[in-house]
Amino acid sequence: MTNSITTKVKVDPRDAKLSMAHFFVAFSALALGGLMGLLQTLVRSGKWELPWGIDYYQILTVHGVLMGLVLTTFFIMGFQYAAVSRTTGGHSIAARRSGWIGFWIMLVGTLMAATMVLLKEASVLYTFYAPLKAHWIFYLGLTFVVIGSWIDGSAQIMTYAKWRKNNPGQPSPLLSFMAVINTVMWIIATLGVAATVLFQLLPWSLGLVDTVDVLVSRTLFWYFGHPLVYFWLLPAYMCWYAIIPKIIGGKIFSDSLARLSFILFLLFSIPVGFHHQLTEPGIDPAWKFLQVILTFMVIIPSLMTAFSLFATFERYGRSKGATGLFGWFKVLPWNDARFTVPFIGMASFIPAGAGGIINASNQMDQVVHNTIWVTGHFHLTAATSVVLTFFGISYWLVPHLTGRKLTKAMNKLGIIQAWVWFIGMAFMSGAMHFQGLLGGPRRSAFSTYGGAKQAAEWVPYQIAQAVGGTILFLGIILMIIIFINLAFFAPKGDEEFPVAVAENLEEKAPMVFENWKLWLGIAAALILFAYTIPFIDIIQNSPPGSKGFQTWSKW
Amino acid sequence: MHMHKFEKIWLAFGIGALVVFLTTVGVSAFYLGNKPPSCLTTINVDKVDQTKPFDKPGLHKVEGKDWDYELVYVASAFSYNPVKVEVPLGAKVKVIATTKDVVHGFEVAGTNINMMLEPGYVSEYTTTFDKAGEYLIVCNEYCGAGHHLMSSMIEVKK
Repeated sequence: MTNSITTKVKVDPRDAKLSMAHFFVAFSALALGGLMGLLQTLVRSGKWELPWGIDYYQILTVHGVLMGLVLTTFFIMGFQYAAVSRTTGGHSIAARRSGWIGFWIMLVGTLMAATMVLLKEASVLYTFYAPLKAHWIFYLGLTFVVIGSWIDGSAQIMTYAKWRKNNPGQPSPLLSFMAVINTVMWIIATLGVAATVLFQLLPWSLGLVDTVDVLVSRTLFWYFGHPLVYFWLLPAYMCWYAIIPKIIGGKIFSDSLARLSFILFLLFSIPVGFHHQLTEPGIDPAWKFLQVILTFMVIIPSLMTAFSLFATFERYGRSKGATGLFGWFKVLPWNDARFTVPFIGMASFIPAGAGGIINASNQMDQVVHNTIWVTGHFHLTAATSVVLTFFGISYWLVPHLTGRKLTKAMNKLGIIQAWVWFIGMAFMSGAMHFQGLLGGPRRSAFSTYGGAKQAAEWVPYQIAQAVGGTILFLGIILMIIIFINLAFFAPKGDEEFPVAVAENLEEKAPMVFENWKLWLGIAAALILFAYTIPFIDIIQNSPPGSKGFQTWSKW
Repeated sequence: MHMHKFEKIWLAFGIGALVVFLTTVGVSAFYLGNKPPSCLTTINVDKVDQTKPFDKPGLHKVEGKDWDYELVYVASAFSYNPVKVEVPLGAKVKVIATTKDVVHGFEVAGTNINMMLEPGYVSEYTTTFDKAGEYLIVCNEYCGAGHHLMSSMIEVKK
C-alpha cells in the first residue's frame, strides 16, 4: 500500500520548471562539448585538420569547460534540486527564488566565459593555469558560475533546514541529506578556486597587479580540483544508493551506512589536492605523501558503496528465487534502461577506481602524470560512470518533470545508447590508457615530434581513439534524441520518481549524522592540517611572481 | 548502527589492501629514496640564462657527488635547450631543469623522469640510464600554440 502512495509523489511543478531549465543547459553543453571531443580525436589521429583557422587548443578548452564544468554543474544542481523537492515535499518560495537567481548567474557566467573562448581570448583550458593569462571577462565569467552555484545550491540547504525544523529529532530524507552533503562539499571546495580567481587572476588580468604567484594559484586550484570530481560522483552515488534499489524492486541495504559513506566523502575528498601536484617543485615530499594517505581514505566509502549495491542486488535476486553464487545476477531487470544504463556506469567504476589508486600512488604517478593515461582515466570515471548514471537518471526524471512517460521505444534506445557508449569508450579510453603507459602526452595536438620513433608508436592508439570518439559521438546523438523526445514529444503520463526505502526500517539513522557543527568542524580541521604548513611554506619561499603570457594562437 | 558481518570482512580486506599499498609507496619513497620530484630551490625567472647551472645547458661531468653527470635543461615556449644530448650507457645523471616563461612539462618517454617545470622553481630528478636507445622528451603540460611541437632527444649510447 505504501508503495502505491509513494509512486504518486510528484515534484512540485514550479520546482520541475527550474530543474528542467538546468537540464536544457546541461544537454546543450553535452551536444556541443561532444562535438568538440569528436573533432579533437579526429585531429589527433593525424588524418584530418580543423578548418577556418579553428585551433585545437581552443576546442580543447571548449570541450573541457562544457563537459567538466557546465554539463556537470547544471545537471547536478538540477537533479539535486528536484531530489530535495521530491523528498521534503517541495521548496519554499524563497528557496525557489534563490535557485532561479543562482541558475541565471551561472548561465550568464557561462556565456561570458564561452564568448572569450570563441574569440580566442582564453585558450587556457579548463584548468586555466597561470601564468597563461586569459581575458578578464573569462575569469569574471567563471566567478559568476561559481557564485551562481552557491546561490543555486543554497536553495537545497534552505529547504533541508526547514524540513529539519519542522521534523525535530527525525533523520532527514536520505536523498535530501546526500544532496546537501554534496552541495556543502562543493561550497567548501570552490572557495579555493574562487580565491585564486578573485584575489590573483582577476586583478592580474585587469592589470591592477603585474605578477602572479604560480604555485599558490595552482595549489588553490587543486584544492578545488579534486573535490570537483567527487562533486560529479556523489550524485551518481545518490542514484545507486537511494534510487536504483527502488527501480529493481529491492531495498536500500542500510540507510545509516549510506549516510556514513557520504560523510566520509565530505571529510576526505577535500584535503587531497596535492596528489594532482605530485611531480611539482616547491612542495615538500612529506606533505605530498600525507595528502596521498588522505586520498586513500576516500577509497573506503567507495568500498562501502560497492558492498551495499551488490548486497542490494543479491538480496533482490534471491528474493526472486535465484540460487547459486551468481544466480541473482541473471534476474536483475536488464530490460529497464533506468537500471541497466547506470549499472554499466557502476561496473565501469571498478577499473576506473583502480586506475585512480595508481594515479594517486605518490611516485608511481611519475609514470603516468600528464600522459593521456590520465585522460583515459577520467573518461572512465566522469565520462562513463558518472555520465551514464546521469543519462539513466534523465530517463525517468525528465518525463517525471515534464509530465510524460518513458515509452518502450525510448527505453530500448536508452539501453542501446549505453552499449554504444560503452563500446566507444572501451576503444577510446582503452587506447588512451595504453598510449599513456608508452608516454604519450595529454592535451596535445597531433605531432610526429620530429619523426621520433617513440612518437610513431603512439599513432595507432590515436587512430583507435578517433574510432572510439566517433562511436561516442553517435552515442551523444542518440542521447540528445532521447532527451528531446522526453522533454517535448513523449506521450503524457505519470513517470515515477523512484525513491527507495531501507531494508530495516526499525533502525533509524543516528542523529549524529545530522550534526553539521561536528562534521564541518572535522572537515575544517583536516583541511587546515593538510594545507596550513605547506601553504605557509609555499608563500614564504615563493620566488618573484610571474608576468602574464598569451602563447596561444589568436584570431 | 548495524554493520553486516560480510561487510566487515570486505572492509577489513579493502582497508588492509590500502595499507599495504601505502606502505609500499611510503617505504619506496622515504626509505629507498624514490620520492617524486619535489625540488625546493627557487630561481629568478627573468635571470635564468645568467643563473648557474642554467647559463650552460647540456650534459656536464661532475666529480665528488652521488651522481656522475648533471644534465641541465632550459625550457621556454616552445623548445628545450639543448635539443639533443648523448648520455653514456649506465651513467647516473641528475636532470636539472627550469622554465623561462610559462609552466611546461618535462617527460622523458619510456623512463620515470616526469616532472613539472614552473616559473621560479628548479625541478630535479636523479636517475640511471641503464638501457641504450633514443628517448624522446615531450612537453606534457599545455603551454600554448606550439605545445605539441616542443620536444628534445636523449640518446643513450655505449
